Amino acid sequence: MATNKKDPVLVVLQLSGGNDYLNTVVPYGDGLYQDARPVVGFTEDQVLPIDGGLGLNPAMGPLKGMYDQGNMAIIHGVGYPDSPRSHFRSMDIWHTCEPETLGTEGWLGLATRDLDPRKENIVTTVSFGPSLFRALVLPGVPVACVDDLESYGLLTGISGEKQREQILDRFSRMYAPEMGNDVVTEYLGQTGLEAMKGADILKVAPETYSSSIEYAETTIAQKLRGIAQVHLAGLGTRIFYCDHGSFDSHSNQAGMHATLWSDVSQAITDFFADLREHDAADNVIMLLFSEFGRRVRDNGSGTDHGAAGAAFVIGNAIKGGQYGEYPSRKSEDLQQGDLVPNMDFRGLYTTVLEDWLGLDAKPIVKGNFEAPRFT
Amino acid sequence: MAVQSKVDQESIDLMAHLMRRAGFGADRDELERRAAVGYEATVDELLNPQGQRADRQHFLRYHPGFRRPVTSPGMGGSAWLYDMMHTELPLEEKMVLFWHQIFATGQSKVDHWHELIAQIDMFREKGMGNYRDMLVALAQNPAMIYWLDNCDNHKSGVNENWGRELLELFSMGVGNYTETDVFECSRAFTGWTIGTVPPRNYYSRFDWDFEYQEEDHDHGEKTFLGQTGNFNGEDIIDIICQQPATAEFIARHLYNFFVADEPQVPAWSVTPPKDPKAIETLAKTFTKFNYDIRSVLRVLFLSDFFKDARFTKIKSPAEVVVGTLRLVGQDKLPPPGIGDLSKQTGYMGQELLNPPSVEGWHTGVEWINSGSLMKRINFVADMLGDISRPGVQRIVARLQAQGNLGPEELVDRCLELVGPIKAGAATHEQLVEHSAQGGELKWDTEKDVAASTARVGELLQLIASVKEFQYS
Repeated sequence: MATNKKDPVLVVLQLSGGNDYLNTVVPYGDGLYQDARPVVGFTEDQVLPIDGGLGLNPAMGPLKGMYDQGNMAIIHGVGYPDSPRSHFRSMDIWHTCEPETLGTEGWLGLATRDLDPRKENIVTTVSFGPSLFRALVLPGVPVACVDDLESYGLLTGISGEKQREQILDRFSRMYAPEMGNDVVTEYLGQTGLEAMKGADILKVAPETYSSSIEYAETTIAQKLRGIAQVHLAGLGTRIFYCDHGSFDSHSNQAGMHATLWSDVSQAITDFFADLREHDAADNVIMLLFSEFGRRVRDNGSGTDHGAAGAAFVIGNAIKGGQYGEYPSRKSEDLQQGDLVPNMDFRGLYTTVLEDWLGLDAKPIVKGNFEAPRFT
Repeated sequence: MAVQSKVDQESIDLMAHLMRRAGFGADRDELERRAAVGYEATVDELLNPQGQRADRQHFLRYHPGFRRPVTSPGMGGSAWLYDMMHTELPLEEKMVLFWHQIFATGQSKVDHWHELIAQIDMFREKGMGNYRDMLVALAQNPAMIYWLDNCDNHKSGVNENWGRELLELFSMGVGNYTETDVFECSRAFTGWTIGTVPPRNYYSRFDWDFEYQEEDHDHGEKTFLGQTGNFNGEDIIDIICQQPATAEFIARHLYNFFVADEPQVPAWSVTPPKDPKAIETLAKTFTKFNYDIRSVLRVLFLSDFFKDARFTKIKSPAEVVVGTLRLVGQDKLPPPGIGDLSKQTGYMGQELLNPPSVEGWHTGVEWINSGSLMKRINFVADMLGDISRPGVQRIVARLQAQGNLGPEELVDRCLELVGPIKAGAATHEQLVEHSAQGGELKWDTEKDVAASTARVGELLQLIASVKEFQYS
């Protein structure tokens, strides 16, 4: 196994679409919540009660178990000032820590650079899914982007091993850095070389993997299984990224939100069970976030875009419990009908970067933010 | 035959540029034919085409399952892929892709291929016409109504999903309206919903129709973008069209799609356009011609900023897949594997009819990551390396007609025939070195022909993998 097996590893699971905070960590005892949620609200006997008069969504049973074992931190009221309530703009802000301008450097791209400044390992960061999230983008910094580990390989259709070798040799020369290349061509060249080298490194992961855990057939379970395979192969990967959704529950929220959380909860629990089975869980934490929460008042079927949300951090190394304060539901305290964030997401990142990955957070999140210390 | 004079080469290059952008590329025969007709005449032909669309009946004859594909994955995508592969009206079909990338509607939620294809067909009918009419048709499109929950937008409970995205993603962009405008806009679209038409066959899904339910419409007064009145949905669309922000938004989209890669839409409120003058020209045309898309497109394709923008865009996965399939040529019958072919764009990060969200896809350089680049290269190499394909055979025949070729000549002719592609120095050097390993390309004997054909196939595979191939 690789020598750096016990280096801290971060898995980020992005809940795309705007997860409904109020129905994920439910203030069931609050009359204001009950009044605002005549259609999609939960009552006391439905939720999975935790401390502080709150309850988890009924579909989060497996995660409730992890919370009870002290392995899950709930971070309240996460967001940033003046939420634009646009999925895309908001996601960009979360990805780049740039609420004012268009950021081009992803926070985990910067973290990858700092973890591996000499670019010694091109699989330091691995993203699962067909597209690369902006959180991971930083010019010059490699990120392996994997849709399906089993079919990951370059020019695999060329028959004859020797012929393919020759072609790949040409390929590596054509993609070598060249003076005078423009930015995009340089990026293409770098990405091509990473694809070629990364495929050779990553293909061992499914080959060496065996486990008694049977993951569900859901897309999130399969992504987390891929992450487990790469982690267990000991390739030195420090950051994993994937997403699941869509949490954009404007309509028919009850069934859809339950399915999402049921799939996510089960997949996360299986993932950690898999790592524990291989004695490889202690150095892994998982961060769950969404680009915003949803409006306090339901619209008769679902909920529209809001502001403050909840984040979750899970793992053996986490000091479980609740951090921060649940924002007030009083109408005079809402902005445009939405919960007002009281915990800047850049503070959450600060803890992850400093306390977990051992990096200097300030240049990455661009400032000092109050950080919930959950590790 | 190889084009001799420099002027001719320039008009071929320019025509290739036009056809890559305003269509899905063209092979050498078509480029020569069109260059002979002339550039402006070709633009006008593309805008007012005389040819045939793909024959949907022909497709259905061999894929009857598509008549009602229910939720069979791949089938819905296949029908549109077939349209793109076979249409003789490339710009019309390219505009369908343009609108799909903006009005991105997805199977993941709609779960009804037939209605998604009906939306695609609507884009084909209206894509080059009047933008206002397009927005009204979009607001009444059942797949869109379901996708953005307008069927759950009631007088008694306003659902903002459609109202917000109409302003944010379909017309003006973030920063040009308030949260109150979103709410008032949404009120004006209450009652715009879908009705269902019972199917003839027990195994089918219900068809959806647009239905205006007056009793569920909020008839009260609304204030939207500073104007007050008892607005209905069409009034809102009229007010939207009057906004300078809308003209600029559409201009920017057209520029990003046809001319050069811009930053992504969410950044537009904080990032000025690359070429403000071009955007101004397009926006002014849009307003002057009363939101007529065809008029804007004509100005765009005839402009210098368009003609000078060669190889400045990264091809979208749809452009890679359709362009390659059109180049390598088709079987006469819709191939049995068309369902698999239609999934290829998804492997490259653009699952047609199933965008990651209503924002559509991040385009330009964001199409490229290590995984997607791998899929692009592998697909094109498999196709161009398949010497049984009619389009590849046409390339071989053209090479053969030029007689024996030296290694560098062979490389240059191949780059011409799959593009023309302008290879950089390093690429060119490697291709020529590779080609030189085989010596001169000969066609003298039957054995020569077989060996040379195989060699061409192999060289085309290598050409499929060059960086330059990724540019449009």
